[in-house]
Amino acid sequence: MASEPVATTTYTAAEMMIIAASRSLRNDDICFVGIGAPSAACNLARLTHAPDITLIYESGTIGTKPDILPLSIGDPELCETAITTVSVPEMFQYWLQGGRISVGFLGGAQIDRFSNINSTVIGDYAHPTVRLPGAGGAPEIASCCQQIYVIMRQNRRSFVPQVDFITSFGHGTGGDARQRLGLRTAGPSLIVTDLCLMRPDSESKELIVVAIHPGVTREQIMEATGWPIRFADHVEQTPPPTDGELTILRELQTRTAQAHSDEKRDHS
Amino acid sequence: MTAFLSLPEAIAQYVHDGDTVALEGFTHLISFAAGHEIIRQKKSNLTLVRMTPDLIYDQLIGMGCARKLIFSWGGNPGVGSLHQLRDAVEHSWPRPLELEEHSHAAMAHAYAAGAAGLPCAIFRGYAGSDLVGKHSNIRFIECPFTGERLAAVPAIRPDVGIIHAQRADRKGNILIEGIVGVQKEVVLAATLAVVTVEEITDELHAPSPNAVVLPYWTVSAVVLAPEGARPSYAHGYYGRDNAFYTAWDTIARDRESFLSWMREHVLGDRK
Repeated sequence: MASEPVATTTYTAAEMMIIAASRSLRNDDICFVGIGAPSAACNLARLTHAPDITLIYESGTIGTKPDILPLSIGDPELCETAITTVSVPEMFQYWLQGGRISVGFLGGAQIDRFSNINSTVIGDYAHPTVRLPGAGGAPEIASCCQQIYVIMRQNRRSFVPQVDFITSFGHGTGGDARQRLGLRTAGPSLIVTDLCLMRPDSESKELIVVAIHPGVTREQIMEATGWPIRFADHVEQTPPPTDGELTILRELQTRTAQAHSDEKRDHS
Repeated sequence: MTAFLSLPEAIAQYVHDGDTVALEGFTHLISFAAGHEIIRQKKSNLTLVRMTPDLIYDQLIGMGCARKLIFSWGGNPGVGSLHQLRDAVEHSWPRPLELEEHSHAAMAHAYAAGAAGLPCAIFRGYAGSDLVGKHSNIRFIECPFTGERLAAVPAIRPDVGIIHAQRADRKGNILIEGIVGVQKEVVLAATLAVVTVEEITDELHAPSPNAVVLPYWTVSAVVLAPEGARPSYAHGYYGRDNAFYTAWDTIARDRESFLSWMREHVLGDRK
């Protein structure tokens, strides 16, 4: 990657986020893929530096290699290009609970300073301001995968001091909260946003900024975070997208948009 | 014996007001035709069970068929919210909707327990999640051998399980291919099971000795319903209409446009 030419064209913050996230994945990862931005990042990794990565979606598809990004976690493309497709109970019992997954890649509506994730409600549970889709596979993805990467756009509504609802437990109130719950997995270890990369502090588990995307300032990051965000002693700059990364991502997104806008039918 | 019925007959015979009904299909083989018939027959007070409610439950909820929803992910996949579900939860429209909310792992285990005839499912889950305590059906037990704290949820045992499948033979044996979700489990867990199929053939032609096949004696009724999963899909028959899933976001966002779509496309004068 380092030897590739840096992008000569401009790119968006969303593209930088997906590309930065894709770089975090390794060729030998067994990755449980959330839908949306995680899916884009995971497939970009597969199409660039990690061709042998195993991508698993909760619909039961193992080792899938979609040519377009699925709209749902169960699009036909996922099953047609998978090594095998197992039932949903088997997926959650053997493959996820069994500890076979190295990285779970999640999104969410809210995240807090200890990487707890909310995808359930904004406001009070019984009388929510916004009713979100809910947990899906996330609570057990967060507890059973060896580690968790999170990808989310960063602003004060999404990066809050404390989430309204813990759908998926991150580091709780910090420190050894996971061990106290009996969890043996690492939990969230990397947060990728459109502004920066964050990792939990090794002791307190509070998120700290470890790399800043090109052109982004510390003030922007502080402004977009709902708590007084801390920065690592040595903050790196995220390498900008390469031409190769941008081209492959854009081709993937163009193919996807085309495929998903094909003729609408009358479904009665 | 397995009954071969028309869709209106099957829904009239097997689905009753107040029943617990699970129309399954994990983002594939979703029983839209059967759901629409339930709406046309104005079934009410149903407890609806489904891991991913999807558009069909949005429609059932928006048309007032449900009093309770047991689910684990209530969105329009890749698009956003289910607006009728949200309207019911946030504004009790068209009627209040009780929620029993779980994670996918919990429901998948609960269906498997139902199929196994067990009273509950035990698994490693819900650690630290605020879903715990929101209703009484998430509890914890201690492993009698290791002392590990494990989550427990009651088995799902619906009055009626409804699935869509690729095909049946003339005895009523069922073949399911592709993303098989919890199709097998819901049929085995339910007291009565209705299966709608793309086609009925003389022979099942299962493609492998390990194909997912439900023997006819596990199924109460088979209904021929070609394209019965649209706008979801049937692997090997037709694809998922992602454009419609996207368009639903606009249709369902507004009560009047939702009702007008339902009147035109579901209630209409078709049978």
